[in-house]
Amino acid sequence: MLLINCPYCGEREQEEFTCGGEAHIERPQNPPDLTDDQWADYLFLRQNIKGLQYERWNHAFGCRQWFNVARNTATDEILAVYNMGEKPPQLESNDPLTPCGEPPIGSGNFSTSKK
Amino acid sequence: MIKRPKKYSVFSLVKNALSYHENWQPAWRNPEIKKEYDAIIVGGGGHGLTTAYYLAKNHGIKNIAIVEKGWIGGGNTGRNTTIIRSNYLWDQSAAIYDHALKLWEGMSQELNYNVMFSQRGVMNVAHNLHDVRELKRRWNANRLNGIDCEWLSTAEVKKFCPVINTSPNIRYPVMGATLQRRAGTARHDAVAWGYARGADAMGVDIIQNCEVTGINMNNGNVTGIETTRGTINSKKIGVVSAGHSSVIAKMADIKLPLESRPLQALVSEPVKPIIDTVVMSNTIHAYVSQSDKGELVIGAGTDGYNSYSQRGGFNIVEDTIMAIVELFPLFSRMKMLRHWGGIVDICPDASPIISKTHINGLYFNCGWGTGGFKATPGSGWVFAHTIANDQPHALNAPFSINRFSSGELVDEHGAAAVAH
Repeated sequence: MLLINCPYCGEREQEEFTCGGEAHIERPQNPPDLTDDQWADYLFLRQNIKGLQYERWNHAFGCRQWFNVARNTATDEILAVYNMGEKPPQLESNDPLTPCGEPPIGSGNFSTSKK
Repeated sequence: MIKRPKKYSVFSLVKNALSYHENWQPAWRNPEIKKEYDAIIVGGGGHGLTTAYYLAKNHGIKNIAIVEKGWIGGGNTGRNTTIIRSNYLWDQSAAIYDHALKLWEGMSQELNYNVMFSQRGVMNVAHNLHDVRELKRRWNANRLNGIDCEWLSTAEVKKFCPVINTSPNIRYPVMGATLQRRAGTARHDAVAWGYARGADAMGVDIIQNCEVTGINMNNGNVTGIETTRGTINSKKIGVVSAGHSSVIAKMADIKLPLESRPLQALVSEPVKPIIDTVVMSNTIHAYVSQSDKGELVIGAGTDGYNSYSQRGGFNIVEDTIMAIVELFPLFSRMKMLRHWGGIVDICPDASPIISKTHINGLYFNCGWGTGGFKATPGSGWVFAHTIANDQPHALNAPFSINRFSSGELVDEHGAAAVAH
């Protein structure tokens, strides 16, 4: 289970939070002008990154505030917590060595030889 | 070239017994990689293997490579809870899952490999009035689609599965259940090995420990893949990489409507036969069956966040165990033996994507989410058709990636055995 440092309440277990998915997806400025493909992109298509991902979390069973988290989805390491509306921090992430390779921690699948 | 046993039979068993089983040949080759193939399948799990198998068998395309970054059946094929059923709500899903179920019924014979398919029935339990209405609706939908399904009263549930707790005094009492008798379980590893052996026998090259690092394209056509073992050329590439589908798609600058999440399962210590069916409950989130080894096989839920780490939160396991113990109080002192996670790629409508893409020759079969195992043969069957003919089979036409633009979603959240 993740330990998440809520900016308002401090470190709490992940069970108290709900994840709101990929962060920094902006609602289109001019909805009536959008094509179906643009709507699909906004509503459904996601980067689903393996590696550094910026995502939204809500302290649902705590202060109920929203905030952003930068997390490595390959290792589950939380790299930064920052407020809604802030720009994502520039981080050095421990990305997998190959595009779909396995990181040194966090995965049970060590089948690929590392360079 | 190694020598493969042509057919497994009682005679080959006796013959090998005389030499203390030391002379069995490997079930498939470990081939040299060719420069070019007629088709490449990325991902050597169940769906990838069946795709290659049916490409060779149904469509005569035999010059195929399956590239797998790990080993055959080492991903989600070896991590699921082996449940097979086809009692889905919508016509589109019912058609493809029941096609798969029919293939399961003949699989061991066809492959000459015992996949231990056991039609022990799957029971979906209702715990409140809403469940009863929802499951009865699904029961009727199934019957209209020609899929066997029965409604069991509480007393009939108790008769069918005596160890279940049907006391009216528990928090979520059993108010009835649907039963699909043709549903059941199979040995997941055997499915992978059987199809790998079958595909290999028809000339398919199974290349393990070979990780795809890039997709080569020219003017909107695929030309091949880059791998950790060099470049392999092909004009047709079928990607069947489950949890890592978005990672492969990114190599071709494609965004998919997928979220990859850990899904956990666990097995208990082995005990004598106690439960001879599969019991599933959406409301309290529990499902359990018993393997032939005697272990209880228990499925937990997905974690509520994206991750590729193949491990999930303990709270998810705890919730599942609480539900199991309420439904089966006699399991309360059993010890759990192993517990693991797999990465599942979940679509917004809980239905798969089996589709062409805007790049010629690049096909995706993904988004099976938490319930892909049951579809293994059907998925490969229709995906092979899609790759061979460059157009979808009637069964997978509704599962095009374009449905997210057109809005023709196949919303199967309700028919997932448990909510994820």
